[in-house]
Amino acid sequence: MTAPAAELAGVSLSLRGNPVLEDVSLRIEAHDYLAVLGPNGGGKTSLLKILLGLLSPDRGSVRILGRPARRAHGQVGYVPQHVRFDLAFPIRVMDVVLMGRLGAARFGRIGAQDRAAAEAVLERVEIQGLAQRPIGALSGGQLQRVLIARALAQRPKLLLLDEPTASLDERIGRSVWELFEELSEEMAVVVVSHDVGAISRYVRSVACLNRRLHAHPSKELTPEILEATYGGPVDLLAHGHPHRVLEPHEDS
Amino acid sequence: MLEALSLPFFQRVLLAGLLASVACGVIGTYVVAKRIASLSGGLSHAAFGGVGLGYLAGFPPIVGAAGFGLAAALIVGIAQRRFGSGLDTLISMVWAVGMALGIVFVALAPGYAPDLMSYLFGSLLFVPWEYVVAVAVLDAAILAAVLFFHRSFEAVCFDEEYAEVAGVRAEGLFLALLALAALAIVTLIRVVGVILAIALLTIPAAAARPWVETLRGMMGLAVAICAASMVGGLLLSYGLGESFEISIPPGPLVILLAAVLYLVSVGLRSVLERGARAAATAA
Ligand SMILES: Nc1ncnc2c1ncn2[C@@H]1O[C@H](COP(=O)(O)OP(=O)(O)OP(=O)(O)O)[C@@H](O)[C@H]1O
Ligand SMILES: [Mg+2]
Repeated sequence: MTAPAAELAGVSLSLRGNPVLEDVSLRIEAHDYLAVLGPNGGGKTSLLKILLGLLSPDRGSVRILGRPARRAHGQVGYVPQHVRFDLAFPIRVMDVVLMGRLGAARFGRIGAQDRAAAEAVLERVEIQGLAQRPIGALSGGQLQRVLIARALAQRPKLLLLDEPTASLDERIGRSVWELFEELSEEMAVVVVSHDVGAISRYVRSVACLNRRLHAHPSKELTPEILEATYGGPVDLLAHGHPHRVLEPHEDS
Repeated sequence: MLEALSLPFFQRVLLAGLLASVACGVIGTYVVAKRIASLSGGLSHAAFGGVGLGYLAGFPPIVGAAGFGLAAALIVGIAQRRFGSGLDTLISMVWAVGMALGIVFVALAPGYAPDLMSYLFGSLLFVPWEYVVAVAVLDAAILAAVLFFHRSFEAVCFDEEYAEVAGVRAEGLFLALLALAALAIVTLIRVVGVILAIALLTIPAAAARPWVETLRGMMGLAVAICAASMVGGLLLSYGLGESFEISIPPGPLVILLAAVLYLVSVGLRSVLERGARAAATAA
């Protein structure tokens, strides 16, 4: 049996004295397709950073692919919530995507297979035509797709996406959700999103995070659960979404 | 002025300057792209402490400069990762403490230091062959590191957090980059001096930026701009002395020329862009 993609037990984290996560336990299997939702400041990004080994919890244990998180670098793909770099940086899309290959490449040497892999992922997120564009000459949605391509270029076993669809238009946004579903056949996929509609349609399980984590393997997301998570009535559900926003699916 | 080219001392300083341009353009590109100019400025001033120690302890000041520069790179680099926001203060401390130590060491050293000023502002006269060879060796080391690790350095400059996630040892590479910056500064010390060295790491790369879309392109153009400033500044320093008996060390002249090239580059670019836009609206 293969190790789970991620296993957190009793994880607590505080940042500058503020409790951010409390007693979070979570198990992500190799082909899970999990959405994490919760209010702003609920700790979603912090949770991903713990999975990435960028933050260390104060208490609790973190195992990624059966290893300590920092030892899993290169195997965990990451699409950050915000652009962390300088858009004036002189670099082309292709070279940004190739950064995803650096972990696998020996001594940082990029070869022909790496380029082929990068071209394939650019095609997969439908921006093959932009490979030679400077990074500063992209629209917000195009940039978002470059970041997804960069993460996919890693050929990760666990893919973490922090609100990746925020600037993608409806048609593309939807196909990206389908892309994630397709990807979950190759890797575990975790998407942070506020898009309850898309979550209900595409993902296979949901975790609500507001400092504490409520996982819902039952695939049922009731207004009561959302209300408990967000600490108030959730407007998202008022727009004609069914109360049972997640359809049950066959057990895998 | 051009007769200078046949004088052995001038040939040495020119060669040292041209070789230093390679290190400057290449490492300066990372410095500008990663926005660590003030950090690098701290390194170059810290290096002066090593120059002073060399005088005091009787070893080549240039070796001391390399040692102090590398030590400062290590201290500031590790502090940057650990404390983040306090960095600004720390840089200015390293900056000033390095200079202060240098002055104290020189004062304690026996005898008079005739070429001390040359370490501060560069000189035409104090460049021995050994120094030219040392610069060539440093160049080779810097180029080898860059050829081998360019993509990893690029990733660390571009997005350190993601580089880490992708499996690059970001902290080690960042420290390595600072160490390379310290060595690049050493290549500049005899020709332009520690006080002005930082300008040659930043101005040529910044002047190159409007014309390129990749770090590699920026490196190549920055090397050319740096070399042009070197040649011009050195010839000017010699010519002013010969013809007008005005003695100005080469460092300031090289830097001023580089600044002029920067203004020309940025100005030309904006004129061309305005022209292109006008043509586009006319069409
Ligand atoms: N570097 C930091 N230092 C101190 N506190 C922080 C830091 N980063 C985040 N926090 C705090 O931790 C809490 C969780 O932040 P986090 O970014 O994980 O939330 P989130 O669920 O991703 O929110 P959002 O939906 O707005 O992206 C917030 O209260 C935030 O203020
Ligand atoms: Mg967030």
